[in-house]
Amino acid sequence: MENPWQLFLDSLGPIALAGVTVTVPLALLSFALGLVIAILVALMRISVNPIVSGIARFYISVIRGTPMLVQLFVIFYGLPSIGVTLDPWPSAVIALSLNVGGYAAEVVRAAILSVPKGQWEAAYTVGMNRTRTLTRVILPQAARVSVPPLSNTFISLVKDTSLASLILVTELFKVAQQIAAATLEFMVVYLAAALVYWVICLVLSFGQSALERRLDRHVAR
Amino acid sequence: MSLADDHTSTADRLLTARGLRKSFGENEVLRGIDLTLHRGEVVVLIGPSGSGKTTVLRALNGLETPDAGEIVVAGGPDIDFAPTERVPARVQKQKRLALRDRSAMVFQHHNLFPHLTVLQNVIEGPWRVQGRPKAEVVAEAQALLARVGLADKADARPHELSGGQQQRVGIVRALALRPDLLLFDEPTSALDPELVGEVLLVIKELADDGWSMVVVTHELSFAREAADHVLFMDGGVVIEQGSPGQLFGAPQHERTKRFLTRILRPLDGD
Repeated sequence: MENPWQLFLDSLGPIALAGVTVTVPLALLSFALGLVIAILVALMRISVNPIVSGIARFYISVIRGTPMLVQLFVIFYGLPSIGVTLDPWPSAVIALSLNVGGYAAEVVRAAILSVPKGQWEAAYTVGMNRTRTLTRVILPQAARVSVPPLSNTFISLVKDTSLASLILVTELFKVAQQIAAATLEFMVVYLAAALVYWVICLVLSFGQSALERRLDRHVAR
Repeated sequence: MSLADDHTSTADRLLTARGLRKSFGENEVLRGIDLTLHRGEVVVLIGPSGSGKTTVLRALNGLETPDAGEIVVAGGPDIDFAPTERVPARVQKQKRLALRDRSAMVFQHHNLFPHLTVLQNVIEGPWRVQGRPKAEVVAEAQALLARVGLADKADARPHELSGGQQQRVGIVRALALRPDLLLFDEPTSALDPELVGEVLLVIKELADDGWSMVVVTHELSFAREAADHVLFMDGGVVIEQGSPGQLFGAPQHERTKRFLTRILRPLDGD
């Protein structure tokens, strides 16, 4: 049997490589798309039109009320039975984006509502319409408020990408599983995988602090 | 003959509001308000809190839609809020927006945009919304800032300013829109007492320069000095109106007298 310490170091390389080339891009892309969905859903949710806000409410409820794994399986294994067959990678991106969209929508909604009503009125009184008020006045202020909770969402997402291994995406955890199956050193290999996830999330936390400081320059707290 | 004496004349009338009514749920805030203002005039609204003063101002800026009544601004728009008439919401909204184009509001809490610089706050309306040339707008903004003593604050963020400075920027932001009518909603109520004077002074200077304005305030000394016409409101109606001399010197109604006494001699009781 190989030296466990040596195996740990040896497996770190391929696991980290899969982390950087698959897990991180999957998380980044899904988060970016999810954020767009979240902003749209949040705006629908605060709409005065009951049908529009009802649709948003329903979407959020379904996403939050069903397991991520089930959502992935519906898209990857379920859709082919109604004639829609997607590759693992796009399936994972779609499922993760929709999932993030549902969770982040509530964060974005709360952040928008946290901006004082006087800001809307001041924007209206200088002549802005609703869209311009949102993009120029409300969302920039909501952004600062939503950085900490959205960072949590993002960190959860990074870890949730491990579920994509179950729909055949060769991401970080899938690579770890393959090495573990070949060597039967489960403890060592999965600890190596855990370490890589942890390092990725640490880097993200630093990014969060930097972003908060940057946004804080403009506003007294 | 002072302006206040011919306050009812129709010559050079800028603003006429008639029969404004507004309820929030069960609470009837405005119960038929009439108000006229001639070009260059300063009309001051006084009254206890909850009397509807602020709601009148917000209606004039299109931030609130009255349930009934009409607002006519010389040169348009002419808005009828008659509830019987089936006016599509879209048309009503367009009219409210047209109303907003004619006036500019200074809020009790300055409501400056905290993520923008002072200059950006000021040019946002005239440049980005009204679409005037940026160079022209910036030059005008800087001149206005200099005028209120804030020439060196153009690149500061609102939170770096004192309350009085913030409110002066709020005034400049309103002026930069080149409105026909300035609306002040208790512009000094949120300020520390020592900062009130600098803001009132700016407003007084604007009044002297001939700006038309409606001011809601509790600063009676300001009303006495700057107003052409004072309205005392209580319970959603105008109880009494007249020149500052008439209203403060010889109030006719018991409620006016009681209010003035409470403000001027708060410790006396009644």
